[in-house]
Amino acid sequence: MRKVSGVNVAALILGMAFLYLPIAVLVIYSFNASRLVAVWGGWSTHWYAELFNDEPLVDAAIVSLRLALASATAATMLGTLAALALARFGRFRGRLPFAAMIYAPLVMPEVITGLSLLLLFVTIAVDRGFWTVAVAHTTMAMCFVTVIVQSRLSDFDTSVEEAAADLGASPLRTFLSVTLPLIAPAIAAAWMLAFALSLDDLVIASFTTGPGTTTLPIRIYSEVRLGVKPEMNAVCSIMVAVVGVAVIIASLLAKLAGARGAAARI
Amino acid sequence: MKKPRSSAWRRFALGLPYAWLLAFFLVPFVIVLKISLSQTAIAQPPYTPVLDPIAGWQGLKAFYGALSLDNYRLLAFDPLYLLSYVKSIEIAAFSTLLLLAIGFPIAYAIARTPRRWQAVLVLLTVLPFWTSLLIRIYSWMNILQREGPLNELLMALHLVNEPPAWLATDTAIFIGVVYSYLPFMVLPLYATLEKLDESLLEAAADLGCPRWKIFWLVMLPLSSSGMLAGVLLCFIPIVGEFVIPDLLGGSQSPMIGQTIWMEFFGNRDWPVASAVAVVLVCLLVTPIIIYQHQAMRVVEQE
Repeated sequence: MRKVSGVNVAALILGMAFLYLPIAVLVIYSFNASRLVAVWGGWSTHWYAELFNDEPLVDAAIVSLRLALASATAATMLGTLAALALARFGRFRGRLPFAAMIYAPLVMPEVITGLSLLLLFVTIAVDRGFWTVAVAHTTMAMCFVTVIVQSRLSDFDTSVEEAAADLGASPLRTFLSVTLPLIAPAIAAAWMLAFALSLDDLVIASFTTGPGTTTLPIRIYSEVRLGVKPEMNAVCSIMVAVVGVAVIIASLLAKLAGARGAAARI
Repeated sequence: MKKPRSSAWRRFALGLPYAWLLAFFLVPFVIVLKISLSQTAIAQPPYTPVLDPIAGWQGLKAFYGALSLDNYRLLAFDPLYLLSYVKSIEIAAFSTLLLLAIGFPIAYAIARTPRRWQAVLVLLTVLPFWTSLLIRIYSWMNILQREGPLNELLMALHLVNEPPAWLATDTAIFIGVVYSYLPFMVLPLYATLEKLDESLLEAAADLGCPRWKIFWLVMLPLSSSGMLAGVLLCFIPIVGEFVIPDLLGGSQSPMIGQTIWMEFFGNRDWPVASAVAVVLVCLLVTPIIIYQHQAMRVVEQE
């Protein structure tokens, strides 16, 4: 049994306090009755009720949800295929540049990704709007999906897949009836994370959007640039709650995936 | 392992994501490079010169001759850009050091708790990352405002007489950056510290090595790969950060992400914005290659 020292406990408590106190403050202030954000005026859900009357805000939220749905789905398909290629196809030609293109977007500053995609859309003269942002978010999120699914793929024994192949299943058949069910929880987790990434993104969406398509982060950003507002505290608290629940579900799914991976090894 | 066969399915599984990344990751960079070499024209595509594919070799020569380095000359001679790059790298370097100093004890503490707690603690560390960066920075705007909770606390404790201004300072940027990137530092550090063989530390202690020396001579070298991963994972995106300095920092000396944003949305000068971006990528290309090398090695080992 490991002993946890006092210093370690202190580091954990301070670390978690640092991570969670700001979000707690945000949520508490969202229930503040006073219009002045800094003055506490008692508890109230006034600002939440106000949100639903703010039509542009509701519209932006709907755009963001549709966008996240579309781009997370596309990113999950592309990312899973890419993960399969990296984990199972051996040393194919062009593997290095492929892997480089998967890993680079993970650290690439968003301003650069956004700018370069916008210039692409301008060069090929497409109208910017919902679908250009969806393509941009798909590109960004698929790399995260690849990393998650790939690590799951390299976790479990390939002998099950080889057995299927030996028994005459085609590679596609092997993938659909053996590999896919085994990695399904990881794929679900990756989809949710891609969804959260799209829902959160401000910079890439700002560059690649066109007139008429305003996402929720773009809307929030234009409001909070000028200072703190109680309605924004409320909308941000809702987003925190939604994403928090999604991530907890995703990590439970990932855990399930881990259990299944272990089962596949036996 | 069977020799991989080429099949329609394999070609599809590899070809589709490959084509997607070429079209939406690589080609856009080439376009940025090309536009950065164009004459300045305010938000007025197409940017000259335009490559005429029908004109063949002559067309290529004409195209090449018309490219200009004017935008790069502007970057070199206008101190605004130079200051912007220097400030970005300074902020990124200093906050990466801060992150290392804060992240290490947390990662170490997680790695030393009983196994069944570790997964929960790791989840708790990552969870804030998945809420929007915008929201997390906005929550700091709440805290750091002049009549905000931080100043109230400081006043109540009689640590300050006047409420200090936190917003629009570099301190606020550091707070925001450290807050936002902490999970990126803690996770890779935890991954290496968790595998660290404790008996090595015990052996050093048994042989009479003082604690600080154990840390310096045994623990740091053994966790260097995690430190490198954490440092790169933080440093590279922080250099290009936009939201944090824009909402928490002052307007007098922008970071490079803000400069690109301003050239783009404010001045509508796309060729200059592209040149700023190209130089930024050049500055970051070495750390990015080291990072990729590291990431791929980890994956191949698994």
